[in-house]
Amino acid sequence: MFKKVKTFWRIVRRLSGDDAYEQYLRHYVRYHQTDAAHEYHPPLSKADFFKQWQDEKWNGVKRCC
Amino acid sequence: MNKLVKNSIWILIAVLGASAVGGIALNRGESINALWFITAALCVYAIAYRFYAAWIAATVLIVDETRATPAERLDNGRDFMPTNKWIVFGHHFAAIAGPGPLVGPTLAAQFGYLPGTLWILFGAVLGGCVQDMVTLFLSTRRNARSLGQMARDELGPFGGTAALIGTFAIMIILIAVLGLVVVNAMKHSPWATFTVSATIPIAMITGLYMRHFRPGQVLEASLLGVILLLLSVAGGGLIDEHETLRNLFDHEGLTLAWWIMAYGLAAAILPVWLLLAPRDYLSTYVKLGTITLLAIAIIMLQPDIKMPAITQFIDGTGPIFGGKLFPFVFITIACGAISGFHALIASGTTPKLLTNERDIRMIGYGGMLLESFVAIMAMIAATVLDPGVFFAINSSAGVVGANAVDAVAKISSWGYPVTVEQMQILAQQMGEATLFARTGGAPSLAVGMASIFGSAFGDGMLALWYHFAIMFEAIFILTTLDAGTRVGRFMLQDMLGNIWPKMAETSWLPSVIFTSSLVVAGWGYFLYIGVIDPNGGVNILWPLFGIANQMLAAIALCVATGILIKSDKFKFAWVTGLPLLWLITITTTAALQKIAGADTRIGFFAAANDLTDKLAAGVLPPEKAIVAPQLIFNLQLDAWLTLFFVSLLWLIVFDMLRVCSRYLAGKPVLPLTESPHSPSRLVEEWVRD
Repeated sequence: MFKKVKTFWRIVRRLSGDDAYEQYLRHYVRYHQTDAAHEYHPPLSKADFFKQWQDEKWNGVKRCC
Repeated sequence: MNKLVKNSIWILIAVLGASAVGGIALNRGESINALWFITAALCVYAIAYRFYAAWIAATVLIVDETRATPAERLDNGRDFMPTNKWIVFGHHFAAIAGPGPLVGPTLAAQFGYLPGTLWILFGAVLGGCVQDMVTLFLSTRRNARSLGQMARDELGPFGGTAALIGTFAIMIILIAVLGLVVVNAMKHSPWATFTVSATIPIAMITGLYMRHFRPGQVLEASLLGVILLLLSVAGGGLIDEHETLRNLFDHEGLTLAWWIMAYGLAAAILPVWLLLAPRDYLSTYVKLGTITLLAIAIIMLQPDIKMPAITQFIDGTGPIFGGKLFPFVFITIACGAISGFHALIASGTTPKLLTNERDIRMIGYGGMLLESFVAIMAMIAATVLDPGVFFAINSSAGVVGANAVDAVAKISSWGYPVTVEQMQILAQQMGEATLFARTGGAPSLAVGMASIFGSAFGDGMLALWYHFAIMFEAIFILTTLDAGTRVGRFMLQDMLGNIWPKMAETSWLPSVIFTSSLVVAGWGYFLYIGVIDPNGGVNILWPLFGIANQMLAAIALCVATGILIKSDKFKFAWVTGLPLLWLITITTTAALQKIAGADTRIGFFAAANDLTDKLAAGVLPPEKAIVAPQLIFNLQLDAWLTLFFVSLLWLIVFDMLRVCSRYLAGKPVLPLTESPHSPSRLVEEWVRD
């Protein structure tokens, strides 16, 4: 039961974009930190990331009739 | 043994589905329970999904689960990102489900429950779902390119331009008609007007919260917003009872239309995070929550359908909109069965999240099945009302008369008895001054939903349920309105950028204001005419929207059919070719009738000439004579616009046929732009969790 609630909560967080920053950090750790070929850029702060994420998300046709 | 059990279950579903559909279709005279609709829908969907969709995925498209999708290959942790299939399904459904499948079936109920219901079911499984799934597949194989880009790459520059113009035109008409639906729901209703206006500051508070107060805390902010929304529904009731405050929110349709335009302009210019994004969060939660609640209520309550299977209005004399059953039931249902707009989401947006090709069936086909189910529920909500009440709410004053006594006499004379007292009591229960001539579909849907919710969860709060339903419709209509205005602005900036590059800069304020104003002026014009039209406007705008939407669907199916033929799948081209043929037939027939029809309630030119003659003869009442010149001009404009849509459709059909016949004759055509196969490295079921 507890596990199901947890899964449900995880789905809600993912769907709403509540965990977008955590996803970004995970992506960052996986692909950018170990990338020696590129110059080191620290990850964005949560507020900065959220700003970019939100603006990007709304660029284009996102809602229908 | 196991196989035998499986087969018997499917045979059982088939028999059950066939009896439910048969029961709905053959029932005459007695009322029929809504549960039959639900059963018929679920069985038809299950069989179509299990067999037809699976066959298309495996044999026609040949989805390849070992192939890396754009989300995997181009993963950037933001827009391109492999995502769990249920999450993608949620995003996809939230994006495609708008007010269309709620309004269309409500209006189409004037033909009776049967024609609309059959088209919602079979149009979806054979047309709409196929379009969405095939487009999703094609875009996934092409680095998540948009429909317009695919049309350009595969058919040629003409196809691309046609898709772009088609999208822009449909956006303008769509926003106008949706704006009109909201205006009609708020007209002289202080409660509804307060609640709908309150959604704007509530969205802004939510936006500020998640941007500045607690950055990124989307759920916290949304919870706050939803609570405020519910409070605003209750607060509207208090406003309505207050002598002076209620006057502040009691307005004519035209005043409200100007406010909507001002709002649309502000929303297109203001940054997305302040209004558009938070409003979208709220509308998505309210939408998903209300639809789920409605499904539960219908299953709990099992209401009887009171509308007859078929009404006499299939002959084209319907009070809500003119036109015969064929082709207008198809044009009116539009989004609930097949929607060209979905192709814009299925290409470009959803493929960027898709982890594996095998989920294309569930997301593309399944997403549209759910949308069709929403349309079925809207049909139920419209037809559980007494037919007399349904027609009293939805018939404009221009058709049944502005006086309540005349209106009920006329409606009763059609064989749908209704009394003035009945309408008064109903209006009082719903907390409204009147429910006569509240065209547009939203009020009648809200009355239907309120009576279902009221009976299922307690009868005492009908007025609250009614205004909750109005808020539910208005909030995502306004989301479509501001998102659409913004997209229109981007498209226009892009087009004007070809002439003067500076115009394409999306952050250059003069360009932003100029293009936003142009887009708002475009839909504002149609909204204005719709409001001053004594016949309610919806009767003109909704068919125009339906034709434009079905035309866009035809463009998507042209692209799909062209690609199937170029991929040497000629023998399967009927999968998209037949729905395309059907769309061409209904769109062309409807367009020709709207342009050249002799009936003044159908033909635009006929209506314009009739009005011109009457104006010249001086037989129009003074209030009608004042607006007549504008109406005449608008009718002519609508006729030319319809002609433009249908010509565009035929041009792109010929373009597709040209490409296909060249290919089949072995002549050179544009090459397929499918990205090369690269093996997927994602194997886990739950990617990245």
